[in-house]
Amino acid sequence: MSLVENTERGLYCRAGDFYIDPWSPVDRAVITHSHSDHLRWGSKKYLTAAANVPVLTARVGPQDVEGLPYGESVVVNGVKVSFYPAGHVLGSAQVRIEYQGDVCVASGDYKVQPDRTCAAFEPVRCRHFITEATFALPIYRWQATPDVMRDVDAWWQANAAEGRTSVICAYSLGKAQRVLAELLQLHGPLLVHGALQRFLPIYREAGVTLPETAHASATSVRAAGGKALVVAPPSVLGGPWLRKFGPVSTAVCSGWMRVRGTRRRRGVDRGFVLSDHADWPGLCEAIAATGAEEVWVTHGYTEPFARYLSEEKKLYAIPIETRFKGEALEETLTETDAATTEDAAAEQQAAAQDTTSREAVAAGAEAAS
Amino acid sequence: MKQFAELFRRLDGTTRTSEKTSLLTDYFRSAPAADAAWALYFLTGRKLKRLIKTRALREWAAEAAALPLWLVERSYEAVGDLGETLAWILPPPEGARDESLVEVVEKQVLPLVDAEPAVQRRLVREAWRLFDDHERLVYHKLITGEFRVGVAQTLVVRALAAAAEVSAPLMAHRLAGDWQPTPEQYQKFISGDLGDDPARPYPFFLAYALDEPVQDLGDPHEWQAEWKWDGIRGQALRRADASGNSVTALWSRGEELVTERFPELHPLLDALPLGTVLDGEILAWRDDRPLPFAALQKRIGRKSITPRVLKEAPVAFLAYDLLEVEGVDFRERPLSERRERLEQIVRQVSQPRLQLSPVVNFQTWDELERQYGRARAQQVEGLMIKRLDAPYGVGRRRGPWWKWKAVPYSIDAVLMYAQAGHGKRAGLYTDYTFGVWDMRRLVPVAKAYSGLTDEEIRRVDAFIRAHTIDKFGPVREVEPRLVFELHFEGIQVSSRHRAGIAVRFPRMHRWRHDKPPAEADSLETLVQLAGMGREDLHPRVSRQSTLFDLDDDVEDPSTAEVRQP
Repeated sequence: MSLVENTERGLYCRAGDFYIDPWSPVDRAVITHSHSDHLRWGSKKYLTAAANVPVLTARVGPQDVEGLPYGESVVVNGVKVSFYPAGHVLGSAQVRIEYQGDVCVASGDYKVQPDRTCAAFEPVRCRHFITEATFALPIYRWQATPDVMRDVDAWWQANAAEGRTSVICAYSLGKAQRVLAELLQLHGPLLVHGALQRFLPIYREAGVTLPETAHASATSVRAAGGKALVVAPPSVLGGPWLRKFGPVSTAVCSGWMRVRGTRRRRGVDRGFVLSDHADWPGLCEAIAATGAEEVWVTHGYTEPFARYLSEEKKLYAIPIETRFKGEALEETLTETDAATTEDAAAEQQAAAQDTTSREAVAAGAEAAS
Repeated sequence: MKQFAELFRRLDGTTRTSEKTSLLTDYFRSAPAADAAWALYFLTGRKLKRLIKTRALREWAAEAAALPLWLVERSYEAVGDLGETLAWILPPPEGARDESLVEVVEKQVLPLVDAEPAVQRRLVREAWRLFDDHERLVYHKLITGEFRVGVAQTLVVRALAAAAEVSAPLMAHRLAGDWQPTPEQYQKFISGDLGDDPARPYPFFLAYALDEPVQDLGDPHEWQAEWKWDGIRGQALRRADASGNSVTALWSRGEELVTERFPELHPLLDALPLGTVLDGEILAWRDDRPLPFAALQKRIGRKSITPRVLKEAPVAFLAYDLLEVEGVDFRERPLSERRERLEQIVRQVSQPRLQLSPVVNFQTWDELERQYGRARAQQVEGLMIKRLDAPYGVGRRRGPWWKWKAVPYSIDAVLMYAQAGHGKRAGLYTDYTFGVWDMRRLVPVAKAYSGLTDEEIRRVDAFIRAHTIDKFGPVREVEPRLVFELHFEGIQVSSRHRAGIAVRFPRMHRWRHDKPPAEADSLETLVQLAGMGREDLHPRVSRQSTLFDLDDDVEDPSTAEVRQP
């Protein structure tokens, strides 16, 4: 009997009577991280990594939430629960559950590449590991982040030289902040969409060094004369928001950009392969490091990956159904509808508060020179 | 190779035409002539014959990457491009070495031709050890003959013209026809000092589809109308070479030399006056009228021309333009003058297999519109409308020539199977098989993959993922719930479809949200549209050929960007 079972509401630990990343409201939710496909509003009690508490609150409002520092444990109905960094986004964690000598680790989403904006992934020994499989095909292998950032830098510089605003689209929680933190140098002001702007204070508070930014509006973008780098969620592509900015070059930062067809389909000028998920070697390495004999595979290429682990690595590996009917690759790429709506609301709020954008742009331009 | 791979990567990394052109121009200016010649060869859509079995390539890649073959196949399904899949799964290269493109072609590509599998395997694995993943991608494209870069041929011509500092139409003419990718040849393209190939064709002039009322074209007396034939566009020429010997050639629209495929046209080629170039249509033709396209199809892609085939599907050349007379380029003369000389020449040649494409007479546009209504009955695709005072241009230009295509056939069919697309549509279910009702069962009758908007594609894709009944390799059978109105150009018997019938150039016209599947059309309707009886539906083998892709009417928006005619 497994410590965790897969139910209609998500992963459930019967012994401890709690859910991990439940899809609908429950009495007690243990949360790996604050992306909308893992964190849902409305549960009675939340337990998460301490580093995730401010992010969680920003996403779903004030809740009854308990934050536990990485590596420390708490006992829930006799089950020992602790969190270890997943290296995915700020506050992300793997959940370790121990009960009567059995250990299960639910990874949530994770990556093994270094990331300046969050604690590095830590392998945790266990008998039963629940892994994600977003990029679980051998075609997905990431370049080192500085190599990708060199391409971003060259692209921005070339655009700035031609007076064309650079617009980089990245998931508004995690990827966008990582792009900002990893920029090699500035070629103009950094202007951001409200959807990611609202998380910046939390990142700074957590000790992540981020360059100076201002809110992206028609005024601030045009004032920068094509030199600005605008960071925004992918939902703005093809929408009215971008149209006010004059000539732009667009790019998407995502692991999906590894495949040329996906990139061309997005209709953007550039695709930078930068992901917050583990690539194929990363997944294989992480699973080996757990020493797990049973592996559940969820989110993404679950079937081929489970088959590979069974046949080639001789593990007991099975694909786990997710809430999504069928596969949901495109959704992961474009973000969920919920996230898009949320992004739009955040942008409206930011725009309303944006009374000092001219000053901020001036400060940004100074910083760039 | 690094320079060429970098060019490929950068062309791939931008969607701006101006940027692509300048990247290409820079490459042509800076690359050694021997490399540039090969680059030009590949970029203009010329292919080496298939060098290697892709199945073998997959197996060797699986072995080199220490992955099970099924996982390589699964990855290919997600990527939709074999060369790219293999490039991304292979382990990092062992040593970096930069050889020129010509060295790579000569040492690593051409030796694959007719080599034993063991030798091929050694060569390929050696290349994999040397190349980084971008070079591998280009290498795979070269050896699998699927070199598509998302660059239109006109753009390559424009870029080379800029590098040579000449006009684009002039460069298009220089590049026309068959040539070998040697540095000498490349220098000739740049210098224009060609003048030695008597078989060189002219670039074809192409028409735009009429997208406004025909009445808006102005005075009808300034225009000439002809039937738009449903055959293969061709150029027939006879010239004298340097030593005065006669040279004849028949070129297809894709600038492919097809002289040998149509032996019954040889007497007419031989009968042309020296220094004559005709533009026209190759058609299956008997008793002064065209045979259905299916007849011509039997001639396409067939290496050996048997007496039986010659008897069943004899072809004729229907001339409609004259590009060269007595060795003089005639293209700048107005159509009225070219037509007059053309008629003289056709009369003078007096060969039964050389016909004049007749002029469709009309005094008013309304009169022409009535003729247009008769197009289907005439077994033609519609009308061509050409300005009488216009010269013969290069490529596709708006204004002087219009094609006015007959109203397509239309049926409502049910989505039955789906397969993931390639290139831009990799990983999305975009290639669909549709069926119609036959005795309360659906029988597949058409495959289509164009006509939907990106948004519709996304929605159909989501439907397919959520409503798959069964999987056969990469093909998914879906619940028969979605109905689409399909448009197509013709109907023919086919053994490749279970229904015994196949439609020509099918595409999705619209998604019939309003129609339940039960109300989709039946096989009976198709048979009636075709003017056939059920007894005609006996299976018969028909083979597709690349010549189909060369037809200037295959304007599939999904591939227009990546596949050059």
